[in-house]
Amino acid sequence: MFSAAVDTALVCAVVVITIAVVAALGFRLSRSSRDLGSDADRATYATLHTAALASEHLREGLTASGAAKASRHLRGLLRCDTLVMTDDAAVLASDGNRSLPPTVMLLIQRVLDSGRTQIFRSAQLDEAGVPGGGELVVAPVRVDQRIIGTVGAFAPDVNAGLVRATNELAGWVSTQVELAELASSRRLLAEAEVRALRAQISPHFIYNSLNAIASFINTDPARARELVVEFADFTRYSFRRHGDFTTVAEELKSIDRYLLLERARFGERLKVKLEIGPEVLSTVIPFLSLQPLVENAVRHGLDSTDGTGHITITAHDAGAFAEVTIEDDGVGIDPDHLRLVLAGHTEGVHVGLRNVDSRLRQVYGDDHGLIIDTAPGAGTLITMRVPKSQPDHQA
Amino acid sequence: MNSELLPSSGIGMNPVVGYAALVLVALSTVLIGIYGLRISRTTGDFYVASRTVRPWWNASAIGGEYLSAASFLGVAGLILISGVDALWFPIGYTAGYLMLLLFVAAPLRRSGAYTIPDFAQARLDSLLVRRVTSLLVIVVGWLYIVPQLHGAALTVRITTGLPSWVGPVAVVVVVALSVVTGGMRSITFVQAFQYWLKLTALAVPLVFILLRLGSTGMPLTAQGAAFTADLDITGQASLYSTISLVIALLFGTLGLPHILVRFYTNPDGASARRTTLIVLGLLSVFYLLPTAYGILGRIYTPELATGGGADSTVLLLPGRIFDGVAGDLLSALVTAGAFAAFLSTTSGLVVSLAGVVSQEFFSGSVRGFRRAAVISAAIPLVFALLTDTQALAGSVGSVFAFTASTICPLLLLGIWWTGLTDVGAVAGMLTGAVLCGGAILSAALLGSEAAAEFAWLQQPALWTVPAAFLVTVLASKATRNRRPPGTSRVLARLHSPETP
Repeated sequence: MFSAAVDTALVCAVVVITIAVVAALGFRLSRSSRDLGSDADRATYATLHTAALASEHLREGLTASGAAKASRHLRGLLRCDTLVMTDDAAVLASDGNRSLPPTVMLLIQRVLDSGRTQIFRSAQLDEAGVPGGGELVVAPVRVDQRIIGTVGAFAPDVNAGLVRATNELAGWVSTQVELAELASSRRLLAEAEVRALRAQISPHFIYNSLNAIASFINTDPARARELVVEFADFTRYSFRRHGDFTTVAEELKSIDRYLLLERARFGERLKVKLEIGPEVLSTVIPFLSLQPLVENAVRHGLDSTDGTGHITITAHDAGAFAEVTIEDDGVGIDPDHLRLVLAGHTEGVHVGLRNVDSRLRQVYGDDHGLIIDTAPGAGTLITMRVPKSQPDHQA
Repeated sequence: MNSELLPSSGIGMNPVVGYAALVLVALSTVLIGIYGLRISRTTGDFYVASRTVRPWWNASAIGGEYLSAASFLGVAGLILISGVDALWFPIGYTAGYLMLLLFVAAPLRRSGAYTIPDFAQARLDSLLVRRVTSLLVIVVGWLYIVPQLHGAALTVRITTGLPSWVGPVAVVVVVALSVVTGGMRSITFVQAFQYWLKLTALAVPLVFILLRLGSTGMPLTAQGAAFTADLDITGQASLYSTISLVIALLFGTLGLPHILVRFYTNPDGASARRTTLIVLGLLSVFYLLPTAYGILGRIYTPELATGGGADSTVLLLPGRIFDGVAGDLLSALVTAGAFAAFLSTTSGLVVSLAGVVSQEFFSGSVRGFRRAAVISAAIPLVFALLTDTQALAGSVGSVFAFTASTICPLLLLGIWWTGLTDVGAVAGMLTGAVLCGGAILSAALLGSEAAAEFAWLQQPALWTVPAAFLVTVLASKATRNRRPPGTSRVLARLHSPETP
């Protein structure tokens, strides 16, 4: 260890250096603001900046909490003593030194009814029981011809400039609310798309399975009965309506039933190998996101070659992610064709892959689409990587 | 590192045995890493494969990852030095899981969060909190790896006579290799196996030692003399120090990054609780063994207490009781167990740290994870080579105090209090970090001479943990309007049982 004197010297040195760095930075920052143009320019910057700050809070539309935060910034723009924002029924927020009784809505209701900007003089304010005197100008906020709220400003004496400014502000708020509605409808659209993309089991599979079961009814009735039960369980899982997410374990169970039915048809021609790390079994994944991949592997591994199809399914831990791979040794896919399919330009047998791929991208972002390694005659390896932590999604 | 603390002749063991044990453990770890523990199944076993991990397995895995150098070597060493006072360490290490069981295990599993930063972000919906938490988790992880490497240095020095830097470098290289090649990620079965390996490595020699002592009529405790305070070389621990230590160990376990990751393997909250309960049992059984080593050491290896080599008690005791081949074999077993302890704990920590680092700085890519793993292993190595420690259990205790003062308030209040805000969480964590970090650093600078007067610096948990909680609560109350809007939804999810 160092001696006490050295320690003290070290600490002093660190403190002095820190102070020097902070002072130098502060000096630089204070100087840099000198070159920002004329006073008028700066006023413009300030206004734009305030508007940007306020718009952030209106992103959810006209809500009480958003309006409360936004009104703080907007009052500075109007330079009035109190700014009030309402929706079409009640006061959402007011910022300034006045406390407003609910009766102020009696006045504001007139604006909501008439749809015109109005000025209320102090006599009218007294009548409505609003203390503090002064005058109030209220402008309506419209979205698609509907009046959805108002913006009002109190001032000792309302002049034409304030009326104009209040009108402009109301117009700006309308734009923000319209943007918010746009954003929410875009989100709804994305959700609808995910729902529409939810994979469906192929009609061919149902037809083929029922045929395979039918062939056992005479020769091996017990097995036929078993298969029907499996088929029922499989369809119950696949047709379930609730929840867009499931766990790897659930999905694997469904795949097991699916393979059982396929083996009833193909017998020993279908060999499946599994390497499942138990750590990833509780990972949440989009509903029916593995089954189409396995179905694809079965079709490639078998339908197109005469020999035996080998399919390997692995799932394991990869840091904060879970990695699932599905591999077959079948005919493979032409990469150019596959690119067209994934881009959505052609319909065809691989549409299940595209479906899973776009759902993964929708939910986890573009980095988490399917990774497909394939070439004609070389088999196909499909890798799926999902984050283990998904607090927003519940199976 | 200070190798002249130990007299090199007459105390070490047969170097061949040491080499054999170390190479065997390192080699098998690397091989498991490269080939993985691939249990391939055919379709017939589909149900087996898709069945989630049983609480027993998961509990063993937690035990395997948790029992570190401090537990394997440090506890016995401390008992040798300070006698009965040191028993608080195994009690605290175990009782931390009681807190985990009562307050954290099930809700955290239900949160769906995989790491503590994930939890912080989900609960408080703030990127700043996430950043601060990540930073603290990384610091805690590094601090926790350092004592493991010190343990490795000690073990290699004693068993082979090689210089001290060889041990830490070997552990870091083995861990980095196996993590980077993709194996030993956090494979439950490997870690579960580690628990039973560690238990066996301590239990078998102990059974033989006790049999030998019993049959030859040599004293076990010298008619209770082993328990008297005359053998202690440290003074009686004050009431303050003891309470502070227990607080640190109780609350520190909650924030260990490599333990919480394991609960994610449980399918639901209820099985997370069951797992924790089993962990409590497994740890209780394990800690009987180093305690017994410590007590026997007070009779048979008392000279280790004064030489600064107390932590080597477990390694040297079998050689003292048995001569020749029997002694060599038992020593080899203990050495292998110790090395397995460093490797498993370090690799568990490196994996969870690499997860956090790669997510924070490398946008979570596969290559980023590898880079992060190398960084997470290399930085503590530098620390370990530059510093020196005398008591493994003590330095791990400091890490627990730091965790208890920083991450624990965030977890406990985040799970149980609706009023927590992002500002409160950050303020509390920073307060805890500055106070506790400052206290531990200044205690280290003051050195061990100033022991008695500066107990409040050496064991700071008793005041830093309440301070961190207080600041968190006050700052949250002051910024009431920043409560995240989804609070009640998140809390409802944390606390309501899953529907089957």
